[in-house]
Amino acid sequence: MAKEIRSPLPGTFYRKPSPDDPPFVEDGGSVEVGTTIGLVEVMKSFHEVKAEEAGTNVVFKVENEDPVMAGHILAEMD
Amino acid sequence: MSAPGDLSGKTLFVANRGEIAVRIVRAAKALGLRTVQAHSDADADMLAVRLADAAVSVGPPQAAKSYLNIERVVAAAQEAGADAVHPGYGFLAENATFAAAVEAAGMIFVGPSAETIAKMGDKVAARNAARAANVPITPGSEGRLDGLDAARAVAGEIGFPLMIKAAAGGGGRGIRVAHDRDELARLVPQAEAEARAAFGDGGLYIERFVPRARHIEVQVLGDGTRAVHLFERECSLQRRRQKVWEEAPSASLSPQEREEICAASVRLAEAAAYKGAGTLEYLFDDEERRFSFLEMNTRIQVEHPVTEAITGIDLVAEMIRIAFGAPLRLAQEDIAITGHAIEVRINAEDPAKDFMPFPGVCGAIHVPADVRFDTLLYEGYQIPPFYDSLLGKLVVHGASRMEAITLLREALARTGFEGLVTTLALHEALAAEGDVIGNRIHTNWLEEWLATKPFEATS
Repeated sequence: MAKEIRSPLPGTFYRKPSPDDPPFVEDGGSVEVGTTIGLVEVMKSFHEVKAEEAGTNVVFKVENEDPVMAGHILAEMD
Repeated sequence: MSAPGDLSGKTLFVANRGEIAVRIVRAAKALGLRTVQAHSDADADMLAVRLADAAVSVGPPQAAKSYLNIERVVAAAQEAGADAVHPGYGFLAENATFAAAVEAAGMIFVGPSAETIAKMGDKVAARNAARAANVPITPGSEGRLDGLDAARAVAGEIGFPLMIKAAAGGGGRGIRVAHDRDELARLVPQAEAEARAAFGDGGLYIERFVPRARHIEVQVLGDGTRAVHLFERECSLQRRRQKVWEEAPSASLSPQEREEICAASVRLAEAAAYKGAGTLEYLFDDEERRFSFLEMNTRIQVEHPVTEAITGIDLVAEMIRIAFGAPLRLAQEDIAITGHAIEVRINAEDPAKDFMPFPGVCGAIHVPADVRFDTLLYEGYQIPPFYDSLLGKLVVHGASRMEAITLLREALARTGFEGLVTTLALHEALAAEGDVIGNRIHTNWLEEWLATKPFEATS
């Protein structure tokens, strides 16, 4: 059963800290508990999304700058 | 051929969203215009879409791909058969390229010319235009300083305290505040050394330092030849440079000062051949009794209703008439101040949680019938998370400032939005605060008040 990381907020999802930076987490990468995997912009304010459990082989289900709703699956991992 | 200013059968394209789109659609309909509302895919069910005669999508939810997409917006307006495009505020409202593209496509841009927008959008050019029109600007060195003697000479002209800034600076580095000549002599070499170390350039400049300034702005209307003012607004209560509470007129100015700042604004508007509604922003030092020009906003502003309340003039209707070629209908002597108005911005934010956004679903709306409420809300509306958090503006109008504050308190007590968390409670606290009631405020007052007295929700 794949683990999921869901968006806690509705808004616009960003995989990178800024347009010129690499993604917080590369596809296929791994995360620890508390690793920041992206940002959600809601009403012009930015909120970090953190992994709540550790995982490997992270696969993002949304693109950089995609709109998301609260509870939307952002990434799956093993 | 229709006469200039004839609006019958004309179509207005509204290139904005939210409460200002609602405001523009209503004003245009009252003038007999047909309205076409632009919207992103996330805004298909917004109030302005429901009110307009027609609506058209301009792209995906993200503003950069829809409301800010010049090609897309201009093409949508053209396809909709628009005669004119109203940009509202924000988004493309002060984008000279957009204004030029609208006109190049054969439509009227509701606002000044692209040239005027570009000129006033450039701070140095705007400062030069202000100086040429004999409008006071922030005193300081003209360009770079050359050594301590030059700094002393400027200080002799502009007085203390003053700010020493690195010409190549940024991020707040290389800034010093000098209160007297000794401090200046000590700080100039320090600032030079720091600027050289930080930026590889020791160049400095000096500006007057106003620690406790007020934000005062003058509303103007022009037809490209003649301009009038509609007096001033005071917007000193700000958080993160966003205005939260606005008043008209300012309770801080003497009649003489009001006359001066308003006359200066008309001079600059006429010198710029200004067409449409515009606002000249000033810093006002109420100890020194000095005002200095900051910038000009070449659009309708969020806080325009307080000016409408005290003058009885519909600014949006006037700017549409002027755009369609009508000469300014108002002479300066036709415009007078009646009473005092206050507007508070109601945002979808939780003041008790550091103003965390709350894009919820709006339940029942309770707003007293006898106050003006410009809003994007209706019962059942899902607030989209993609745009700013402004939900509406509550506007009260009383015979005096104190009466307006009392009316505001009463209105806030009777206002509520089920299902939402808003900044209503912040305004209730502000309307009961001694410094606000006593007009002892400045542009940093609200941030300081929030920092020293953490806001707690009252409801």
